[in-house]
Amino acid sequence: MSVGKKAVGSVANYMDERVGAAKWMKKTLNKVFPDHWSFMLGEIVMYSFVILLLTGTFLTFWYDPSMRIVEYEGSYEPLKGIEMSAAYASSLEISFDVRGGLLMRQIHHWAALLFLAAMVAHLLRVFFTGAFRKPRELNWIIGVGLLTLGIVEGFLGYSLPDDLLSGTGVRIAEAIMQAIPVVGSYISYFVFGGAFPGYIFIPRIYIVHVLLIPGIFLALITAHVMLVWYQKHTQYPGPGRTEKNVVGYPMLPVYAAKAGGFFFIVFGFTAFLGAVAQINPIWVYGPYTPAQIGAGSQPDWYMGWLDGLVRMAPPLETYIFGVTISWNILIPGLIIPGILFTLMALYPFIESWITGDKREHHLLDRPRNNPNRTAIGAMSLTFVLVTLINGGNDLLATNFDLSINQIMWFTRIGVFVLPPIAFVVTKRICLALQRHDREMLLHGRETGRLVMLPHGEFIEVHEPLSPEKAFLLSSHEQLPALTAPEEDSRGVALPRGLRNKLRARWSSANAEQIDKPTADELKEIEHH
Amino acid sequence: MSLQPIQDPGLPTHVHRRADTDPIAAKRAERQVASLFLTSALGTILFIYAYVGIPRDQLLFLPVIGTTNAHELFLGLGLAISLFFIGMGAVHWAKTLMPNHEVIEIRKEQRSKEEDRQALIQTVQEQGATAGLGRRTLIKRTLGLSLGLVGIAPILLLRDLGPLPGNDLNETSWKAGTRLVTDPGDRPIRPSDLEVGAVAQVLPAIVPGSYRSLNDIAKDALLLIRIRPEEFNLDAERLSWTYQGIIAFSKICSHMGCAVALYEQTTKHLLCPCHQSTFDVTRAAKVIFGPSARPLPQLPITVDAEGYLIAKAPFNEAVGPSFWGRDSA
Repeated sequence: MSVGKKAVGSVANYMDERVGAAKWMKKTLNKVFPDHWSFMLGEIVMYSFVILLLTGTFLTFWYDPSMRIVEYEGSYEPLKGIEMSAAYASSLEISFDVRGGLLMRQIHHWAALLFLAAMVAHLLRVFFTGAFRKPRELNWIIGVGLLTLGIVEGFLGYSLPDDLLSGTGVRIAEAIMQAIPVVGSYISYFVFGGAFPGYIFIPRIYIVHVLLIPGIFLALITAHVMLVWYQKHTQYPGPGRTEKNVVGYPMLPVYAAKAGGFFFIVFGFTAFLGAVAQINPIWVYGPYTPAQIGAGSQPDWYMGWLDGLVRMAPPLETYIFGVTISWNILIPGLIIPGILFTLMALYPFIESWITGDKREHHLLDRPRNNPNRTAIGAMSLTFVLVTLINGGNDLLATNFDLSINQIMWFTRIGVFVLPPIAFVVTKRICLALQRHDREMLLHGRETGRLVMLPHGEFIEVHEPLSPEKAFLLSSHEQLPALTAPEEDSRGVALPRGLRNKLRARWSSANAEQIDKPTADELKEIEHH
Repeated sequence: MSLQPIQDPGLPTHVHRRADTDPIAAKRAERQVASLFLTSALGTILFIYAYVGIPRDQLLFLPVIGTTNAHELFLGLGLAISLFFIGMGAVHWAKTLMPNHEVIEIRKEQRSKEEDRQALIQTVQEQGATAGLGRRTLIKRTLGLSLGLVGIAPILLLRDLGPLPGNDLNETSWKAGTRLVTDPGDRPIRPSDLEVGAVAQVLPAIVPGSYRSLNDIAKDALLLIRIRPEEFNLDAERLSWTYQGIIAFSKICSHMGCAVALYEQTTKHLLCPCHQSTFDVTRAAKVIFGPSARPLPQLPITVDAEGYLIAKAPFNEAVGPSFWGRDSA
């Protein structure tokens, strides 16, 4: 014990005399982190990233990023003697001739799927609880950047093995490039070093996949986490928690042990998946050739919604003044995703413009207390879900014995009809939940206990809420709608009249609430 | 609004865990944590055993999973156990034995103090003034010019990433008289080789000894389909491009370039598995469903003196996905 203490002491002394970090470290080790399961979603993203770096480095020791044609000589019998790219041959080598290679490849793929799934879950948590509000707008934008890069990185990753499925994905990416007005075919020829598929695409995306994007990831994730650190984590509302404090466990030892332990749990989980759940069996697909394809060609899930959009696009193309404009590719492949990601990045600013709220927020919202935002989230999710369904329409059709044409028409119509329905329904549910909270505050909790009164009447006994619960249900603030004048006092339209009208309308929709009980109402109840 | 109708009751009182008060419970928790760590150690031993003890090609049948490689499976399970239980041990330790008092830290507003903000502005202005940024406009403008121009250099350097497309996208290897050969096999085809209802993938014949690249295949791949001639619903010109009920289409989808590989014999429809564009073979691959806006290009075919199928003429339009300069008249 004393030996250990002495060792720690001398290391600490050595470091402090050289970098003077004692003061900072002391503060850091006592830093407080609020505890909630939903705060672990972002952690999963970070840990999967570390897993991806570790397993990915292992894969690079054998992977040969070359499109040189070789004859396969490895131990997988069905492909022996077949001509293929060195990239595909080395991916087969990793899968069949390197001990643990298949395991590492599968952990890498599973970790990539988890990386993006956790990122999306984390984004939804941040969105629905309003954690993106001032002062955290910048971190929201970094997050949107990370998501965009993550999708690109994942796509490049499953393109590297150069199997039939991945080559088909690359072909589709090339078609999207070609569809870009004016410069499309030039971009495609620059990216592929000439005609598709060429000989240089794999080496190029290899360096982007293993160096360029991971480097940007490292920088952005660092910035993201440093901002969380510096601004301190948000916390859920509840007794004792205010905008001015942060309640939780200190960094050392509880938070460090939990977070460190959680890294191993995530790694163990992906290792388990890599061991028992086959993913991307590249040897089944065969080497890429542009003249062949497998039925049921599917991208990974995070690209599925894009593919679904492309599938449902109407066959629109314009030929005018000697040029061809492929609306059937441009709209679903570039314009809609561009609009969606831009709106997502700008959402914090749009919301604060609508509410006129420029204050700092560190207490999270319960989703029901901001019905409009929750409904917008549900609407966007529904949109993505409908497109994702169409992205898997061929698999749905074969597995559930449905007509692919019917699924296509269902989603073509559904993509317009279902999101607004989701908006309205979600908003109603939120308001109903608010009404329920109000009921609970005014009349207490239903106990389910029926009592017969002396004169024969049955009543259900209601119990008053605990002070903690009552505080939780009543502590949120309800902002009134903004009123922006369209005309000045003499009835002359103001220059920004239309803008103000729009803002006022959105603001009043946003402020639609079930009034929480006032102190007077609550007092009155007490006297019953 | 910000007025809270109910007073904040403050943090709930701290409830002791059993291990906090009962030494026996604490001892038990300690043993639980230790056995979790031990399980992890056993996992590593399993991992080592799998690496050296299970042959590389040992197969194993498991219900649900099916036949799987035992070597990789037990490597993975060993790794999973060793990692997972380190994590479980650490978390269990934190939850049962480490202090679980919630701590309150005070937040301060992100915005700096007014005097600091003023001081910063003043410093920036003073330093700017000493550098003469506001005064020396010539320096400012030329600096802006050079910084703007220097960005051109790296962009220009990217020029050699690839050649310009030129007319490349409009051309294929098919010329008048090019023989159709099987893929794979490179055998020339007689009409009698194809029965009614048959479909074949063909490529242009190449000089023996020369090499056919993927770039060529990406443009030249052809689908040959034979139906009964009276089933065609074509204009006279397109009908003259067929031969005894044999019709040839580019196999590269006119939507996004996937291989249009699914042919339904009964309906005579071609379906692209990528985005489900569906083409009617009897009507010159007219799009009847899906996102593609154009039929598959049709190659005019006939037979040569020896009776082998040849191209009568090159494609009269670009194959594959659309691009800006494409002549789609």
